Order: sequence, then structure tokens, then C-alpha cells
Amino acid sequence: MAKYILKRLIAMVITLWFIITLTFFLMHSIPGSPFNEERATSEAVQENLEKFYQLDQPLIVQYGNYLKSVVTFDFGPSIKKSSQTVNEMLGRGFPISFELGIITLIVAVISGITLGVIAALRHNGFIDYLAMTIAVLGISIPNFVLATMLIQQLAVNFPIFPVATWSSTMHMVLPTFALATGPMAIIARLTRSSMLEVLTQDYIRTAKAKGLSPVKIIFKHALRNALLPVVTILGSLAASILTGTFVIEKIFAIPGMGKYFVESINQRDYPVIMGTTVFYSSILIIMLFLVDIAYGILDPRIKLHKKEGI
Amino acid sequence: MEKTLEVKDLHVAFSTYGGEIKAVRGVSFDLYKGETLAIVGESGCGKSVTSQSIMRLIPSPPGKITNGSVLFKGRDLTKVKESEMRELRGADISMIFQDPMTALNPTITVGEQIIEAIIQHEGISRKNAKEQALDMLKLVGIPNPKERLKHYPHQFSGGMRQRIMIAMALVCEPEVLIADEPTTALDVTIQAQILDLFKEIQVKTGVSIILITHDLGVVAQVADRVAVMYAGKIVEAGTRREIFYSPQHPYTKGLLNSVPRLDLEDDELIPIMGSPPDLFAPPAGCPFTARCEHAMEVCSRAYPFQTRLTEEHHVECWLQDERAKALLAR
Repeated sequence: MAKYILKRLIAMVITLWFIITLTFFLMHSIPGSPFNEERATSEAVQENLEKFYQLDQPLIVQYGNYLKSVVTFDFGPSIKKSSQTVNEMLGRGFPISFELGIITLIVAVISGITLGVIAALRHNGFIDYLAMTIAVLGISIPNFVLATMLIQQLAVNFPIFPVATWSSTMHMVLPTFALATGPMAIIARLTRSSMLEVLTQDYIRTAKAKGLSPVKIIFKHALRNALLPVVTILGSLAASILTGTFVIEKIFAIPGMGKYFVESINQRDYPVIMGTTVFYSSILIIMLFLVDIAYGILDPRIKLHKKEGI
Repeated sequence: MEKTLEVKDLHVAFSTYGGEIKAVRGVSFDLYKGETLAIVGESGCGKSVTSQSIMRLIPSPPGKITNGSVLFKGRDLTKVKESEMRELRGADISMIFQDPMTALNPTITVGEQIIEAIIQHEGISRKNAKEQALDMLKLVGIPNPKERLKHYPHQFSGGMRQRIMIAMALVCEPEVLIADEPTTALDVTIQAQILDLFKEIQVKTGVSIILITHDLGVVAQVADRVAVMYAGKIVEAGTRREIFYSPQHPYTKGLLNSVPRLDLEDDELIPIMGSPPDLFAPPAGCPFTARCEHAMEVCSRAYPFQTRLTEEHHVECWLQDERAKALLAR
């Protein structure tokens, strides 16, 4: 196990290095620089600025310097907001984005699995059709459309929830709901189909032949096996929630990381682009790693490490 | 002899889009205490459906017991409540399935799978249940049982898994064990070991066994009595000796002729030509008529009565009719 984790950690570092390299060169291949805007600055000022941020050096040197600073977890100062460092921005934005993301993930997983299981148990019944209709709607409606609809109905027409920002539990309801619906729908559909398949397996019949109660059969014998495919997609779902937060944060004016990420690209704020990309990638890579570990724990047939004997 | 289980005129049907499939059409048999009754027949003859109907394990819908009764300890199992049926399953009547590869839950240790059955029915502590599971694994011949309890099904071979299935089925000391093709998925040497195990356990526990199989070799090894099923009906039944040495129904004879034999010089297999009838619309007469070399006009018109030859041996065939016998004698 320890050996497997070590191997994965090394692989993760390599992946991250690829992402950094790719982003770095892509970013610099975009025409223009942080300093040429509509408002023309004099040549001398521009040269000085470039010198200050070491943008005058050859690209390969800049790349080397960047790698060096990333290793020490220093993402450098922001070019556009010169009073802030990227680390400060992440430190301020991340806790909020993380809160939104985690709550969304929990809501999506719990409601998605519940919906899927109920639909499977009432296969082809009214509840099944209802749940799957909700699921299809959830998948088809983009979260920014849902978000604006929710604001229109539940914040403006019927002012139950606040329109925007992020300060109390009530503020969390709409953005979480808007963000969670898509992943929830995907989980619900997957759980349902997986559950239906598992329920026809021979070992379910064996469990029934043992005289176990339906509750025990469903929760102990069926659910665990049915959830294996769901766990597999959790990694990519986490990614979609992560990217979803950009849009949702923008709509609800939530001061998370998404704001910095989008702004930085528009303004070619190199250190911020790099910093947020590296940070998001790290989270995603860690999520995928955790999913693999969870998979190994849930399904004993999957061996994470070579075992002697037997 | 004491009867453990009485199945009377059992009818089971499955409703599908194409219509109703009458899978079991009036099956009756008794199971005596401590005996092994083999139910034989080709695929689709209704033998598995019969056995699963006894435990009410057929998926419903689409399956439904449309008529008949299953008497066990003075109760009609087709009529008892589902909760009562749950108490019986695994405790009084147990079942072993064909494929031990898929019949065990892959994500739960075999120990837990045995223990949960004990706890469900006997309400004893986990520790005692574990002891009991351990004893059972020893009984079915699993080496190093203490370690093995902690293993998952995929860590066992096919034969070992079937032993675990047997342990699981017998751990609550049921009176009836239904084994649905228990050796079909195993290779021949393992098959013999498992059959020996059945015999051994029957001697030790006195359990009555219903053995569902299409393999007459298996029947010859372990059965006390044999019931031959065809198209949802028992066409002939008798003791093992009666069925093997004086089969009366042309179908039984056909089955015996299609078994490869090493002890005969001129070894030619005689298959039964044709295929079983469509059970969407079963024929009015004997369902074997189309494949029977002795078929007479009456065969396709009316189903034959049961002719009782000895106390156990009975057959349903028009050839047993006095008029047909006279015709044959001529």
C-alpha cells in the first residue's frame, strides 16, 4: 500500500510538471503582454515594467525561475494588482470556493444516490419516471441558466433567499442548488442503472435465499456493489463542479477563486494564471488519487499493490 | 416414510410481452425425510422454476404461482406471508445455486456472508456465530478455515466456492436443501468431491435434498428417487433403480440413450430429435408427441393419465394404456 501511494505521488508530481510547462508556454504564446492595452504607455515605462517582472529575459529562463518558485510554493506577485501576491489571493478565495465545492459535492452525492436507489427499487413505477425526468432536466439545463432562473424565482419574485453574495447559510442555498443539480442528475442516473443491474445478480438471489430482509439485501449486498461505478466518476464530477464554480461564483458574486482565475486570463496576469491553474490542477489530481484509493477499499478484487501468496 | 415436503399440482407462469409462458404445469411430488430426490430434464423444462417456486424466489412480476400448493410442516408455502417465508428461507429450506462464481457477493468476506445467515435466523452473538461458521467450514472441508473466513470469494477456486455455498446453506441446519445444478459449473473431479460431500452431510445431518440436474451421471451417483420433467410436467418418477433399469416413458428412455457410456462396445449416442414445445401455447396432448417415435393419434389429442406401476414408480404416457399394450402385443 505504502509503495503504491509513493508511486502515485511521484506520478502526481510529474503530471503537475506537465501541466505547469504546458500552461506556461501556452500562456506566453498568446499575443500581447500584461502591459499593452488600449491606453498606450511610453516605451521606457514598458521596458522598466518588463524588467521589474523579469519579462525581458528569454522565455526558457523565465520558465526555470517559475519552476524554482513553484517548488517553494511561492506563486509570485500579481502583475495587475501589484499590492497582492498570488498566494494571498488563493488564501482569500480558496476557503470560500472550497466551501461551495464541498457542500455541492456532498449534496450531489447524497441526493443523487438516494434518488437513484429509489428509482431502481420502484423500477418503471411513477417514482422512477419522476426521478429520471428530474435527472434528465438536471443534466440538460446548464447551471448558469438554472442559477439565473433560481434568482429570478426564489430571490426576486418570491424573496425567500438572498440574491447574491456569500455570508450566511441562506446565501449558500441557491448557488449550491444551481451547482449541484447537474452532478446530482448524473449520479442518480448512474446509481439507478447500476443498482438495477446489481439487483439481478446471482448473489442477490443468494442473499434472498438466506432469508435476509429486503433492507439488508439492498443496503448491505446491493448498494455497495452498485456504488462502485459511481465512485469511479466522482473524480471527473469533482472536476466539473470545480469548473462550475467559476460561473456560479460570477453569477452570485461569490468572492471565491473563480473570479481571480477569469480576470487573470482576460488581463494576461501571468503569475495569477499560473497560480490558479496549478492550484486547480493539484486539487483535481488529489481528488482522482483519493477516488482510486477509495475504489480499492470498496472493491477487494482491485488490488492496489501486489500481494504475496494465494 | 415421513414426508418433509409435499408439492401438489404446482403451476407457475411468467407473463411477458409475447404472452404467458406456462413454465410449470401441474407438478406434484413428495420429499421424504433424509432422502435425495433428483429432478432431471433438459434446459427449459421447468426444473429450476419448480425449485425456486418452493422457496418463492421466482422474480415476481413476471413470475407467478398460479395454482397448487407446497406443504411444509403443515403450512402451505404458496400462501404464507412474505415475512414468514423469510424466516423459513435459509433456516428450514436452503438453496444452492449453479454458478458458485457469481452466487457469492464479491465485496463481502465469505465469513461475513455465512455469519449473517446465522445471525439472521438464530439471533446469537457475532462471536458464537463465528464459531458456528468455523465449524461449518471444517465440515465442508475447507482447509485452514480460520484464515479463510476473512477471505473474499475471488480468492477461492470454483470447487471451494461451492463448498462455501454448501456451508452457507447448511449452517442453520435446514430440513430441506435444494441444490440447483450444484456441480454443473465444476470440473469432473471436483464434481465427484462435491457429490461425496452431499452424501456425507446427509448422513450427518439427515437433511432432505432436492437435486436439480440434467446430468444422469450425477443422478446415478447420489439420488434415491428420480423425477423426470418435460415441458413443465413430471412425466415419470420412481426410485433410481426403476428409472435406470426399467424406464417406461419414451422421453426417459431417450435421455438414458443419449448419455455416453464407456462400458458398451458399440458406443453410439442416440440423441432425442427435435426440440421441446413452445410453452406460450403448450399442446393439448402429450408435449413429447412431436419427438416421440411411438406417437399415436391419441397422444396429440389428450394428455395421458398417470399410471402407477409400483409404489414409487409412475408414468404419464398413453403407451401404458391397456389398448395400446394390446396393440403392441399384436
